[in-house]
Amino acid sequence: MSEYTKPLPELEGHTKDFYGFCKQGELHFQRCSACGTWRHVPRELCAECGSWDWEWARSSGRGEVYTWTVVGRALHPAFQQSCPYAPTVIELEEGVRLLSEVLDVAPEALEIGMPVEVVFEAVTDEITLPKFKRVAAS
Amino acid sequence: MSQAACIVGIGETDFCRKPGSGMSQLALQLRAATAAIQDAGLTPRVIDGIMPFPNLGRAEQFAANLGCENLRFAATIHTGGAAPVASLQAAATAVNAGMATHVLLPAGWNGYSGARVRQTVSQDVASIPGGAIARDYYLPFGFTAPPQWYSVMARRHMYEFGTTPEQLGTIAVTMRKHAQLNPKAVMHGRSMTLDDYLASPMLADPYRFFDCCLETDGAAAVVVTSAERARDLAAKPIQIMSGACGQPYPADEITNRKDFFRTGLSIAAPEAFGKAGIGPSDVDFAMIYDCFTFELLQQLEEAGFCKRGEGGHFVEGGRIELGGELPVNTHGGLLSEAHVLGMSHITEAVRQLRGEAEGRQVEGAEIGVVTGWGDFGDGSIAILRR
Repeated sequence: MSEYTKPLPELEGHTKDFYGFCKQGELHFQRCSACGTWRHVPRELCAECGSWDWEWARSSGRGEVYTWTVVGRALHPAFQQSCPYAPTVIELEEGVRLLSEVLDVAPEALEIGMPVEVVFEAVTDEITLPKFKRVAAS
Repeated sequence: MSQAACIVGIGETDFCRKPGSGMSQLALQLRAATAAIQDAGLTPRVIDGIMPFPNLGRAEQFAANLGCENLRFAATIHTGGAAPVASLQAAATAVNAGMATHVLLPAGWNGYSGARVRQTVSQDVASIPGGAIARDYYLPFGFTAPPQWYSVMARRHMYEFGTTPEQLGTIAVTMRKHAQLNPKAVMHGRSMTLDDYLASPMLADPYRFFDCCLETDGAAAVVVTSAERARDLAAKPIQIMSGACGQPYPADEITNRKDFFRTGLSIAAPEAFGKAGIGPSDVDFAMIYDCFTFELLQQLEEAGFCKRGEGGHFVEGGRIELGGELPVNTHGGLLSEAHVLGMSHITEAVRQLRGEAEGRQVEGAEIGVVTGWGDFGDGSIAILRR
Protein backbone atom coordinates (compact mmCIF):
# COMPACT_ATOMS: atom_id res chain seq x y z
CA MET A 1 0.00 0.00 0.00
CA SER A 2 1.48 3.34 -1.03
CA GLU A 3 1.97 5.89 1.66
CA TYR A 4 -1.09 7.99 2.49
CA THR A 5 -0.12 11.65 2.16
CA LYS A 6 -3.36 13.56 2.83
CA PRO A 7 -3.82 15.34 6.16
CA LEU A 8 -5.10 13.22 9.03
CA PRO A 9 -6.92 14.14 12.23
CA GLU A 10 -4.95 14.19 15.47
CA LEU A 11 -6.40 11.52 17.73
CA GLU A 12 -6.71 13.64 20.85
CA GLY A 13 -9.55 14.04 23.34
CA HIS A 14 -13.07 13.64 22.00
CA THR A 15 -11.72 13.50 18.46
CA LYS A 16 -9.98 10.25 19.34
CA ASP A 17 -13.35 8.81 20.33
CA PHE A 18 -15.16 10.15 17.24
CA TYR A 19 -12.71 8.51 14.87
CA GLY A 20 -12.48 5.46 17.12
CA PHE A 21 -16.18 4.81 16.48
CA CYS A 22 -15.58 5.32 12.74
CA LYS A 23 -12.91 2.63 12.85
CA GLN A 24 -15.53 0.30 14.31
CA GLY A 25 -17.85 1.16 11.41
CA GLU A 26 -20.21 3.34 13.42
CA LEU A 27 -20.96 7.07 13.28
CA HIS A 28 -21.41 8.60 16.71
CA PHE A 29 -22.03 12.16 17.82
CA GLN A 30 -22.32 13.72 21.23
CA ARG A 31 -25.88 13.93 22.56
CA CYS A 32 -26.80 16.00 25.60
CA SER A 33 -28.10 13.81 28.41
CA ALA A 34 -30.25 16.63 29.77
CA CYS A 35 -32.01 18.10 26.75
CA GLY A 36 -31.23 15.49 24.09
CA THR A 37 -29.63 17.90 21.64
CA TRP A 38 -27.12 16.29 19.25
CA ARG A 39 -23.95 18.15 18.47
CA HIS A 40 -20.95 18.13 16.15
CA VAL A 41 -18.05 18.96 16.32
CA PRO A 42 -17.32 17.71 19.85
CA ARG A 43 -17.82 20.28 22.61
CA GLU A 44 -17.40 20.19 26.37
CA LEU A 45 -20.91 21.18 27.37
CA CYS A 46 -24.30 21.68 25.77
CA ALA A 47 -24.60 25.12 24.22
CA GLU A 48 -28.40 24.74 24.24
CA CYS A 49 -29.01 23.99 27.94
CA GLY A 50 -25.61 24.26 29.64
CA SER A 51 -25.49 20.67 30.82
CA TRP A 52 -22.10 18.97 31.16
CA ASP A 53 -23.71 15.56 30.90
CA TRP A 54 -23.54 13.92 27.51
CA GLU A 55 -23.05 10.59 25.84
CA TRP A 56 -21.79 9.28 22.55
CA ALA A 57 -24.91 8.28 20.65
CA ARG A 58 -25.03 6.29 17.43
CA SER A 59 -26.29 8.16 14.40
CA SER A 60 -28.51 6.44 11.85
CA GLY A 61 -25.84 7.49 9.34
CA ARG A 62 -28.59 8.70 7.03
CA GLY A 63 -28.85 12.25 5.84
CA GLU A 64 -28.91 14.47 2.82
CA VAL A 65 -26.63 16.77 0.88
CA TYR A 66 -26.87 20.31 2.30
CA THR A 67 -24.28 22.09 0.13
CA TRP A 68 -20.89 21.45 -1.42
CA THR A 69 -18.01 22.92 -3.39
CA VAL A 70 -16.12 21.36 -6.27
CA VAL A 71 -12.40 21.84 -5.98
CA GLY A 72 -11.05 22.30 -9.50
CA ARG A 73 -7.61 23.34 -8.41
CA ALA A 74 -6.21 22.01 -5.15
CA LEU A 75 -5.01 24.53 -2.58
CA HIS A 76 -3.23 21.84 -0.61
CA PRO A 77 -0.48 19.80 -2.27
CA ALA A 78 -1.83 16.44 -1.09
CA PHE A 79 -5.08 16.91 -3.03
CA GLN A 80 -3.59 17.80 -6.41
CA GLN A 81 -4.21 14.35 -7.84
CA SER A 82 -7.76 14.28 -6.47
CA CYS A 83 -9.24 17.13 -8.54
CA PRO A 84 -12.02 17.55 -9.23
CA TYR A 85 -13.42 16.49 -5.87
CA ALA A 86 -16.32 17.78 -3.84
CA PRO A 87 -16.11 18.53 -0.10
CA THR A 88 -19.78 18.18 0.87
CA VAL A 89 -21.80 19.25 3.89
CA ILE A 90 -24.12 16.40 4.90
CA GLU A 91 -27.10 17.12 7.14
CA LEU A 92 -27.84 14.00 9.17
CA GLU A 93 -31.26 12.90 10.37
CA GLU A 94 -30.28 13.87 13.91
CA GLY A 95 -29.83 17.48 12.79
CA VAL A 96 -26.06 17.78 12.96
CA ARG A 97 -24.02 18.56 9.86
CA LEU A 98 -20.75 16.92 8.91
CA LEU A 99 -18.18 17.92 6.28
CA SER A 100 -17.43 14.85 4.18
CA GLU A 101 -17.65 13.56 0.64
CA VAL A 102 -20.11 11.46 -1.41
CA LEU A 103 -18.03 8.71 -2.94
CA ASP A 104 -20.21 7.28 -5.68
CA VAL A 105 -21.60 10.49 -7.18
CA ALA A 106 -19.64 12.63 -9.63
CA PRO A 107 -19.34 16.25 -8.47
CA GLU A 108 -21.48 17.52 -11.35
CA ALA A 109 -24.28 15.10 -10.39
CA LEU A 110 -24.63 16.24 -6.77
CA GLU A 111 -27.92 17.83 -5.77
CA ILE A 112 -29.03 19.57 -2.62
CA GLY A 113 -31.37 17.22 -0.75
CA MET A 114 -29.86 14.07 -2.28
CA PRO A 115 -30.32 11.25 0.27
CA VAL A 116 -27.07 9.65 1.39
CA GLU A 117 -25.84 7.11 3.92
CA VAL A 118 -22.54 6.82 5.74
CA VAL A 119 -19.83 4.40 4.63
CA PHE A 120 -16.40 4.05 6.12
CA GLU A 121 -13.08 4.43 4.39
CA ALA A 122 -10.02 3.09 6.21
CA VAL A 123 -7.28 5.37 4.91
CA THR A 124 -4.53 4.16 7.26
CA ASP A 125 -4.21 1.41 9.85
CA GLU A 126 -5.26 3.94 12.49
CA ILE A 127 -7.66 6.28 10.76
CA THR A 128 -11.03 5.59 9.20
CA LEU A 129 -12.92 8.51 7.67
CA PRO A 130 -16.71 8.72 7.46
CA LYS A 131 -17.76 9.15 3.84
CA PHE A 132 -21.16 8.83 2.15
CA LYS A 133 -22.90 7.06 -0.71
CA ARG A 134 -26.14 7.79 -2.44
CA VAL A 135 -29.24 5.88 -1.39
CA ALA A 136 -32.74 5.70 -2.87
CA ALA A 137 -35.15 8.32 -1.55
CA SER A 138 -37.14 6.92 1.34
CA MET B 1 -20.78 63.89 16.57
CA SER B 2 -18.03 66.45 17.05
CA GLN B 3 -16.47 64.30 19.78
CA ALA B 4 -16.02 61.32 17.47
CA ALA B 5 -12.46 60.07 17.11
CA CYS B 6 -10.96 60.75 13.69
CA ILE B 7 -8.75 59.28 11.04
CA VAL B 8 -6.12 61.96 10.49
CA GLY B 9 -3.53 60.22 8.37
CA ILE B 10 -3.41 57.59 5.63
CA GLY B 11 -0.46 55.99 3.89
CA GLU B 12 0.11 53.28 1.30
CA THR B 13 2.96 51.63 -0.53
CA ASP B 14 2.76 50.68 -4.17
CA PHE B 15 0.87 47.46 -4.83
CA CYS B 16 2.35 44.78 -7.06
CA ARG B 17 2.70 41.15 -8.01
CA LYS B 18 5.88 40.49 -10.01
CA PRO B 19 8.64 41.14 -9.16
CA GLY B 20 7.48 41.68 -5.60
CA SER B 21 8.02 44.50 -3.15
CA GLY B 22 11.72 43.72 -2.69
CA MET B 23 11.51 44.34 1.02
CA SER B 24 10.45 42.54 4.16
CA GLN B 25 6.85 42.55 5.33
CA LEU B 26 7.92 44.68 8.28
CA ALA B 27 9.72 47.21 6.06
CA LEU B 28 6.72 47.32 3.75
CA GLN B 29 4.38 48.11 6.63
CA LEU B 30 6.81 50.67 8.04
CA ARG B 31 6.78 52.48 4.67
CA ALA B 32 3.00 52.76 4.82
CA ALA B 33 3.13 53.71 8.49
CA THR B 34 5.62 56.55 7.99
CA ALA B 35 3.54 57.82 5.06
CA ALA B 36 0.40 57.84 7.24
CA ILE B 37 2.18 59.60 10.12
CA GLN B 38 3.57 62.21 7.71
CA ASP B 39 0.15 62.67 6.11
CA ALA B 40 -1.22 63.48 9.58
CA GLY B 41 1.50 66.07 10.11
CA LEU B 42 2.82 64.07 13.06
CA THR B 43 6.19 62.59 13.98
CA PRO B 44 6.62 58.92 14.91
CA ARG B 45 7.65 59.98 18.40
CA VAL B 46 4.07 60.91 19.32
CA ILE B 47 2.56 57.61 18.22
CA ASP B 48 1.64 56.02 21.56
CA GLY B 49 -0.70 53.29 20.34
CA ILE B 50 -0.11 50.58 17.73
CA MET B 51 -2.55 47.90 16.55
CA PRO B 52 -0.77 45.43 14.24
CA PHE B 53 -2.64 43.02 11.97
CA PRO B 54 -2.80 39.45 13.36
CA ASN B 55 0.40 37.46 12.77
CA LEU B 56 2.07 40.21 10.70
CA GLY B 57 4.29 41.92 13.22
CA ARG B 58 4.42 42.98 16.83
CA ALA B 59 3.79 46.44 18.20
CA GLU B 60 7.25 46.30 19.78
CA GLN B 61 8.86 45.92 16.36
CA PHE B 62 6.94 48.83 14.88
CA ALA B 63 7.69 51.03 17.87
CA ALA B 64 11.41 50.24 17.92
CA ASN B 65 11.84 50.90 14.21
CA LEU B 66 9.78 54.07 14.12
CA GLY B 67 11.05 55.59 17.36
CA CYS B 68 7.79 55.45 19.30
CA GLU B 69 9.35 55.84 22.71
CA ASN B 70 6.07 56.49 24.52
CA LEU B 71 4.08 53.42 23.51
CA ARG B 72 1.16 52.93 25.88
CA PHE B 73 -1.44 50.96 23.96
CA ALA B 74 -0.64 47.82 21.96
CA ALA B 75 -3.34 45.38 20.88
CA THR B 76 -4.31 43.10 18.02
CA ILE B 77 -7.85 42.00 17.19
CA HIS B 78 -7.70 38.39 16.07
CA THR B 79 -10.41 38.33 13.44
CA GLY B 80 -8.35 37.94 10.27
CA GLY B 81 -9.43 40.29 7.49
CA ALA B 82 -11.98 41.88 9.81
CA ALA B 83 -9.16 43.17 12.01
CA PRO B 84 -8.34 46.55 10.40
CA VAL B 85 -11.92 47.84 10.55
CA ALA B 86 -12.38 46.28 14.00
CA SER B 87 -9.21 48.10 15.05
CA LEU B 88 -10.73 51.42 13.96
CA GLN B 89 -13.42 50.95 16.59
CA ALA B 90 -10.89 49.86 19.21
CA ALA B 91 -8.54 52.73 18.41
CA ALA B 92 -11.41 55.23 18.61
CA THR B 93 -12.42 53.80 21.96
CA ALA B 94 -8.81 53.93 23.17
CA VAL B 95 -8.29 57.57 22.29
CA ASN B 96 -11.65 58.58 23.72
CA ALA B 97 -10.80 56.75 26.96
CA GLY B 98 -7.39 58.39 27.17
CA MET B 99 -5.52 55.10 26.76
CA ALA B 100 -3.57 56.61 23.87
CA THR B 101 -3.47 59.83 21.87
CA HIS B 102 -2.28 58.79 18.43
CA VAL B 103 -2.93 55.19 17.37
CA LEU B 104 -1.24 53.67 14.32
CA LEU B 105 -2.98 50.84 12.40
CA PRO B 106 -0.59 49.17 9.94
CA ALA B 107 -1.32 46.20 7.68
CA GLY B 108 0.53 44.71 4.77
CA TRP B 109 2.29 41.66 3.45
CA ASN B 110 4.17 40.10 0.60
CA GLY B 111 1.05 38.19 -0.41
CA TYR B 112 2.52 37.47 -3.84
CA SER B 113 6.28 37.23 -3.53
CA GLY B 114 6.29 35.82 0.01
CA ALA B 115 4.49 32.79 1.38
CA ARG B 116 1.37 32.46 -0.72
CA VAL B 117 -1.98 31.87 0.92
CA ARG B 118 -2.49 28.84 -1.26
CA GLN B 119 0.65 27.25 0.16
CA THR B 120 0.40 28.17 3.79
CA VAL B 121 -3.09 28.52 5.17
CA SER B 122 -3.84 24.85 5.52
CA GLN B 123 -0.46 23.91 6.96
CA ASP B 124 -0.55 25.84 10.18
CA VAL B 125 -3.12 24.94 12.82
CA ALA B 126 -2.09 27.93 14.90
CA SER B 127 -3.25 30.38 12.24
CA ILE B 128 -6.01 28.48 10.45
CA PRO B 129 -9.52 29.57 11.43
CA GLY B 130 -11.07 26.97 13.69
CA GLY B 131 -7.64 25.63 14.66
CA ALA B 132 -7.83 21.95 15.60
CA ILE B 133 -11.42 21.70 14.33
CA ALA B 134 -10.26 22.48 10.81
CA ARG B 135 -7.32 20.13 11.18
CA ASP B 136 -9.41 17.23 12.46
CA TYR B 137 -12.70 17.64 10.59
CA TYR B 138 -12.03 19.68 7.40
CA LEU B 139 -8.49 19.07 6.16
CA PRO B 140 -8.78 15.25 5.93
CA PHE B 141 -11.60 15.79 3.42
CA GLY B 142 -9.71 18.33 1.33
CA PHE B 143 -11.68 21.31 2.69
CA THR B 144 -8.51 23.30 3.16
CA ALA B 145 -8.74 26.93 2.06
CA PRO B 146 -10.92 30.07 2.12
CA PRO B 147 -12.46 29.84 -1.39
CA GLN B 148 -13.62 26.30 -0.55
CA TRP B 149 -14.98 27.20 2.89
CA TYR B 150 -16.93 30.19 1.61
CA SER B 151 -18.11 28.72 -1.66
CA VAL B 152 -20.36 26.25 0.19
CA MET B 153 -22.22 29.32 1.49
CA ALA B 154 -22.41 30.75 -2.01
CA ARG B 155 -23.89 27.51 -3.38
CA ARG B 156 -26.49 27.33 -0.63
CA HIS B 157 -27.41 30.97 -1.32
CA MET B 158 -27.84 30.14 -5.01
CA TYR B 159 -30.13 27.26 -4.04
CA GLU B 160 -32.25 29.19 -1.58
CA PHE B 161 -32.48 32.53 -3.36
CA GLY B 162 -31.70 31.90 -7.01
CA THR B 163 -28.48 33.91 -7.03
CA THR B 164 -26.74 33.38 -10.38
CA PRO B 165 -23.16 33.09 -11.64
CA GLU B 166 -23.86 36.17 -13.77
CA GLN B 167 -24.68 38.15 -10.64
CA LEU B 168 -21.42 37.10 -8.98
CA GLY B 169 -19.71 37.96 -12.25
CA THR B 170 -21.27 41.42 -12.23
CA ILE B 171 -19.46 42.06 -8.94
CA ALA B 172 -16.12 40.93 -10.38
CA VAL B 173 -16.62 43.01 -13.52
CA THR B 174 -17.62 46.09 -11.49
CA MET B 175 -14.50 45.84 -9.31
CA ARG B 176 -12.40 45.52 -12.47
CA LYS B 177 -14.12 48.53 -13.98
CA HIS B 178 -13.32 50.60 -10.90
CA ALA B 179 -9.69 49.47 -11.06
CA GLN B 180 -9.45 51.13 -14.48
CA LEU B 181 -9.98 54.46 -12.67
CA ASN B 182 -7.20 53.71 -10.16
CA PRO B 183 -3.64 53.91 -11.51
CA LYS B 184 -2.38 52.11 -8.38
CA ALA B 185 -4.58 49.09 -8.97
CA VAL B 186 -2.75 45.95 -10.02
CA MET B 187 -5.50 45.35 -12.60
CA HIS B 188 -5.34 48.91 -13.99
CA GLY B 189 -5.15 48.63 -17.77
CA ARG B 190 -6.56 45.09 -17.78
CA SER B 191 -10.28 45.26 -18.40
CA MET B 192 -12.60 42.28 -18.04
CA THR B 193 -16.00 41.42 -19.49
CA LEU B 194 -18.71 39.15 -18.10
CA ASP B 195 -17.77 36.64 -20.82
CA ASP B 196 -14.16 36.71 -19.59
CA TYR B 197 -15.46 36.04 -16.10
CA LEU B 198 -17.69 33.15 -17.17
CA ALA B 199 -14.83 31.60 -19.15
CA SER B 200 -12.43 31.61 -16.22
CA PRO B 201 -11.72 28.16 -14.73
CA MET B 202 -13.52 26.81 -11.69
CA LEU B 203 -11.36 27.01 -8.57
CA ALA B 204 -13.97 26.00 -5.99
CA ASP B 205 -17.26 25.75 -7.87
CA PRO B 206 -19.32 27.98 -7.77
CA TYR B 207 -16.19 30.13 -7.43
CA ARG B 208 -14.34 30.70 -10.65
CA PHE B 209 -10.84 32.08 -10.78
CA PHE B 210 -12.22 35.61 -11.16
CA ASP B 211 -14.43 35.31 -8.08
CA CYS B 212 -11.26 35.31 -6.01
CA CYS B 213 -9.21 38.18 -4.63
CA LEU B 214 -5.73 38.98 -5.85
CA GLU B 215 -2.53 37.90 -4.14
CA THR B 216 -0.31 40.96 -4.02
CA ASP B 217 2.51 42.71 -2.15
CA GLY B 218 1.60 45.95 -0.46
CA ALA B 219 0.81 47.76 2.76
CA ALA B 220 -1.43 50.54 4.04
CA ALA B 221 -1.80 52.32 7.36
CA VAL B 222 -3.96 54.89 9.10
CA VAL B 223 -3.58 57.07 12.19
CA VAL B 224 -6.48 57.64 14.60
CA THR B 225 -6.71 60.39 17.20
CA SER B 226 -9.29 62.22 19.27
CA ALA B 227 -11.59 64.89 17.86
CA GLU B 228 -9.90 67.49 20.01
CA ARG B 229 -6.41 66.61 18.81
CA ALA B 230 -7.61 66.28 15.21
CA ARG B 231 -8.58 69.93 15.11
CA ASP B 232 -4.91 70.93 15.42
CA LEU B 233 -3.63 68.67 12.64
CA ALA B 234 -2.86 69.26 9.01
CA ALA B 235 -5.15 66.80 7.29
CA LYS B 236 -8.92 67.14 7.03
CA PRO B 237 -10.15 64.84 9.83
CA ILE B 238 -12.54 62.03 8.95
CA GLN B 239 -14.83 61.14 11.84
CA ILE B 240 -15.41 57.58 13.00
CA MET B 241 -19.14 57.98 13.68
CA SER B 242 -19.42 54.42 14.97
CA GLY B 243 -17.91 50.98 14.74
CA ALA B 244 -18.95 47.48 15.69
CA CYS B 245 -17.76 43.89 15.47
CA GLY B 246 -19.49 40.54 15.48
CA GLN B 247 -18.90 36.84 15.08
CA PRO B 248 -20.99 34.11 13.50
CA TYR B 249 -22.25 31.31 15.75
CA PRO B 250 -20.39 29.13 16.10
CA ALA B 251 -17.42 31.15 14.83
CA ASP B 252 -15.00 28.22 14.79
CA GLU B 253 -17.10 25.81 12.69
CA ILE B 254 -18.75 26.79 9.45
CA THR B 255 -21.12 23.89 8.72
CA ASN B 256 -23.27 23.70 11.87
CA ARG B 257 -24.87 27.14 11.86
CA LYS B 258 -28.64 27.04 12.30
CA ASP B 259 -28.83 30.16 10.17
CA PHE B 260 -26.26 29.50 7.46
CA PHE B 261 -26.00 33.14 6.37
CA ARG B 262 -25.84 34.87 9.74
CA THR B 263 -22.26 36.12 10.01
CA GLY B 264 -20.46 38.63 12.20
CA LEU B 265 -21.74 41.56 10.20
CA SER B 266 -25.34 40.47 10.88
CA ILE B 267 -24.69 41.43 14.50
CA ALA B 268 -22.33 44.36 13.93
CA ALA B 269 -24.16 46.34 11.25
CA PRO B 270 -27.39 47.11 13.15
CA GLU B 271 -25.29 48.14 16.14
CA ALA B 272 -23.09 50.47 14.08
CA PHE B 273 -26.00 52.07 12.23
CA GLY B 274 -27.92 52.41 15.49
CA LYS B 275 -25.03 54.14 17.26
CA ALA B 276 -24.49 56.47 14.30
CA GLY B 277 -28.19 57.29 14.19
CA ILE B 278 -28.43 56.65 10.46
CA GLY B 279 -29.53 53.85 8.17
CA PRO B 280 -27.98 52.13 5.16
CA SER B 281 -29.89 54.43 2.80
CA ASP B 282 -28.05 57.46 4.24
CA VAL B 283 -24.69 56.19 3.03
CA ASP B 284 -22.93 57.65 -0.02
CA PHE B 285 -20.63 54.69 -0.69
CA ALA B 286 -19.51 51.39 0.80
CA MET B 287 -16.10 49.75 0.89
CA ILE B 288 -16.95 46.08 1.37
CA TYR B 289 -14.31 43.43 2.13
CA ASP B 290 -14.35 41.49 -1.14
CA CYS B 291 -12.19 38.43 -0.59
CA PHE B 292 -14.62 36.68 -2.95
CA THR B 293 -17.56 37.95 -4.96
CA PHE B 294 -20.22 36.24 -2.87
CA GLU B 295 -18.82 37.62 0.37
CA LEU B 296 -19.37 41.11 -1.00
CA LEU B 297 -22.95 40.23 -1.94
CA GLN B 298 -23.57 38.55 1.40
CA GLN B 299 -22.28 41.54 3.35
CA LEU B 300 -24.49 43.92 1.35
CA GLU B 301 -27.41 41.82 2.57
CA GLU B 302 -26.36 41.40 6.18
CA ALA B 303 -25.39 45.08 6.48
CA GLY B 304 -28.92 45.94 5.46
CA PHE B 305 -28.29 47.59 2.09
CA CYS B 306 -30.84 45.10 0.76
CA LYS B 307 -32.81 42.21 2.20
CA ARG B 308 -31.33 38.75 2.51
CA GLY B 309 -31.75 36.96 -0.79
CA GLU B 310 -31.94 40.18 -2.80
CA GLY B 311 -28.19 40.76 -3.09
CA GLY B 312 -27.96 39.21 -6.54
CA HIS B 313 -30.54 41.60 -7.89
CA PHE B 314 -29.05 44.51 -5.94
CA VAL B 315 -25.67 44.34 -7.65
CA GLU B 316 -27.22 44.45 -11.14
CA GLY B 317 -27.95 47.46 -13.30
CA GLY B 318 -24.94 49.51 -12.25
CA ARG B 319 -26.22 50.07 -8.72
CA ILE B 320 -22.81 49.37 -7.12
CA GLU B 321 -20.81 51.22 -9.78
CA LEU B 322 -19.40 54.68 -9.44
CA GLY B 323 -22.35 56.92 -10.33
CA GLY B 324 -24.82 54.28 -9.13
CA GLU B 325 -27.04 54.31 -6.07
CA LEU B 326 -24.35 52.76 -3.84
CA PRO B 327 -20.82 52.86 -5.27
CA VAL B 328 -18.89 49.90 -3.81
CA ASN B 329 -15.08 49.64 -3.68
CA THR B 330 -14.23 52.54 -5.95
CA HIS B 331 -10.54 51.53 -5.77
CA GLY B 332 -11.21 48.09 -7.24
CA GLY B 333 -11.12 46.21 -3.95
CA LEU B 334 -9.30 43.01 -3.10
CA LEU B 335 -10.58 41.63 -6.40
CA SER B 336 -8.93 44.17 -8.69
CA GLU B 337 -6.84 46.73 -6.79
CA ALA B 338 -4.74 44.67 -4.38
CA HIS B 339 -5.14 42.48 -1.29
CA VAL B 340 -4.06 44.78 1.49
CA LEU B 341 -5.97 42.85 4.17
CA GLY B 342 -8.81 45.37 4.21
CA MET B 343 -6.68 48.39 5.14
CA SER B 344 -6.87 49.85 1.62
CA HIS B 345 -10.67 49.86 1.97
CA ILE B 346 -10.21 52.29 4.85
CA THR B 347 -7.68 54.49 3.03
CA GLU B 348 -9.98 54.64 -0.01
CA ALA B 349 -12.94 55.62 2.17
CA VAL B 350 -10.86 58.43 3.69
CA ARG B 351 -9.80 59.65 0.22
CA GLN B 352 -13.45 59.72 -0.86
CA LEU B 353 -14.54 61.68 2.22
CA ARG B 354 -11.65 64.13 1.86
CA GLY B 355 -12.67 64.65 -1.76
CA GLU B 356 -9.27 63.39 -2.92
CA ALA B 357 -10.36 60.38 -4.97
CA GLU B 358 -9.47 62.16 -8.22
CA GLY B 359 -10.85 60.35 -11.27
CA ARG B 360 -13.16 58.19 -9.18
CA GLN B 361 -14.62 60.68 -6.71
CA VAL B 362 -18.14 59.97 -5.44
CA GLU B 363 -19.80 63.35 -5.91
CA GLY B 364 -20.62 65.02 -2.62
CA ALA B 365 -19.54 62.04 -0.53
CA GLU B 366 -20.33 62.79 3.11
CA ILE B 367 -20.90 59.45 4.82
CA GLY B 368 -19.26 56.12 3.98
CA VAL B 369 -19.25 52.59 5.31
CA VAL B 370 -16.26 50.23 5.53
CA THR B 371 -16.59 46.55 6.38
CA GLY B 372 -14.21 43.72 7.18
CA TRP B 373 -14.62 39.94 6.87
CA GLY B 374 -12.27 37.37 8.33
CA ASP B 375 -11.78 33.75 9.27
CA PHE B 376 -15.09 31.82 9.10
CA GLY B 377 -17.21 34.96 8.84
CA ASP B 378 -16.08 37.34 11.56
CA GLY B 379 -17.34 40.81 10.75
CA SER B 380 -16.57 44.44 11.41
CA ILE B 381 -18.00 47.74 10.25
CA ALA B 382 -17.19 51.41 10.67
CA ILE B 383 -19.28 54.38 9.61
CA LEU B 384 -17.17 57.35 8.61
CA ARG B 385 -18.13 60.97 8.03
CA ARG B 386 -16.29 63.93 6.63
